[in-house]
Amino acid sequence: MIWDLHCHLGALPGRTPHERMAELMAYADRLGIERVVVFMGWPHAVDPDPDEMRRQNDQVLDALSHWHDRAFGFVYLNPNHVDASLREFQRCVVRGPMVGIKLWVARRCHDEALDPIIAAATEQRAIIYQHTWYKTTGNLEGESTPENLVALARRHPRATFICGHSGGNWELGIRAVRSVDNISIGLGGFDPTAGVVEMAVRELGATRVVFGSDAAGRSFGSQLGKVIGAEVSDADRNLILGGNLEQMLTPILRSKGTGS
Amino acid sequence: MIVDTNVHFDRWPTRRLPDDEPKRLLARLAEHDVAGAWVGSFDAVLHRDVAAVNQRLMKLCRIADRERLVPVGTINPTLPDWQEDLRRCAELHGMRALRVYPGYHGYALDDESAAELLTEAARLGILLQIVANLEDERTQHPLLRATGVDVEPLIAWMGRLPELHVMVLGARRPRTRPEVIEQLVSTGRVTFDLSMLEGAGCVAGWIEQFGHESLVFGSHAPLFAFESALLKIAESPLGELQRRAILAENAQRQLDQLAELP
Repeated sequence: MIWDLHCHLGALPGRTPHERMAELMAYADRLGIERVVVFMGWPHAVDPDPDEMRRQNDQVLDALSHWHDRAFGFVYLNPNHVDASLREFQRCVVRGPMVGIKLWVARRCHDEALDPIIAAATEQRAIIYQHTWYKTTGNLEGESTPENLVALARRHPRATFICGHSGGNWELGIRAVRSVDNISIGLGGFDPTAGVVEMAVRELGATRVVFGSDAAGRSFGSQLGKVIGAEVSDADRNLILGGNLEQMLTPILRSKGTGS
Repeated sequence: MIVDTNVHFDRWPTRRLPDDEPKRLLARLAEHDVAGAWVGSFDAVLHRDVAAVNQRLMKLCRIADRERLVPVGTINPTLPDWQEDLRRCAELHGMRALRVYPGYHGYALDDESAAELLTEAARLGILLQIVANLEDERTQHPLLRATGVDVEPLIAWMGRLPELHVMVLGARRPRTRPEVIEQLVSTGRVTFDLSMLEGAGCVAGWIEQFGHESLVFGSHAPLFAFESALLKIAESPLGELQRRAILAENAQRQLDQLAELP
């Protein structure tokens, strides 16, 4: 069972969300990826205003509409617009089909401004996917590091966080989050460097490592190869490829009465 | 059958890798039916005694698997008397392909140091593997930073040197612009490996833009997971002819073309 934590509708051909989603799933099918999580629309907006946030979430809702049996959605929120983000969370998660939130690079995540958003997500048991990087070339002003996420997660010990991209420089990212149990790492969206999965399993345990690709910007295949080629047990590989994500999603899916 | 054009022996300077022992790497390649692997040495990235690096590589390839391994020596044209390294690679070791790392050795393809090297490679009928990138610049160790190589100057070189054959390893898009790739592949003497191609269906996308004859299989193992390159092939809907060409035949053809040079 392969579930992909991290997909986007950008970087695909197609005029509509439906067309793009069909394209995405055709590639996923070729590699046996059963389910995908999709977030953000197109074009990518680093600091979307409330209207743009809503428009992009509508694109994802539209994309999901024919794929409820295989796709999940996370709502894209912008902590520079907390009230609008809370309204979007209500619309897309509480009253809608989405099951998590995506936070990108508009504002560093250790900022206390995020607290109401995280509190709302925690109450609904929604997964919180936070993009993180330690870029050797320097982060964007609002781009979080894994350490920023650690600060946020320590304030919200009941929330479920994903450290996106494993921090990019994953040797640093894994070390940064290892002492905080409610942070798992997402394996998508950086080069398929060998050894990342082995280190993650050694330092975090397999239950805190989650496969994601960052398709369509990244190749499903290049990212899946990190896990398929890793020297880990089959049991651990299965957790990473889908078991952990299923486990994380189960509470919110049950509360929505949809199961997995 | 697979010919992997982008493999390295020896240690990556900033990390131990699961397959950085030749025995383990060869087992991995054998597991995936790799019939030929073109092997360079990570030592060549920083070592200045490149002659010794090439000699060790030659010996190791002979001992480990003479049939399957193609040793690819390194030339660093910023070193004094690099011409002697080139002579040894060609005459003493009989190497048919050589690897260069302009980003790590500190020159550009329109520099004087590149000019003589490219001219000599063409004269000797040696395939030049130009390493455009070894790593994403964002994830490089702060003490081992190298910018990606701009391959645009190659367009002029390919015009000036009709016997020059080049394989670009680790090109990243969009930094390597489509117009540049298009002009290079149109010469019929430049190929690109797929190790750093990204995007859903990236192999099919490449074929649509540039044709299947210009792409070769390169895993960049052991720094990258070998399976990543293989799964990129599986992800794209390819015809059998395209699959075979990319997995092995294009690389082999490029070497064979050199053998036919007068």
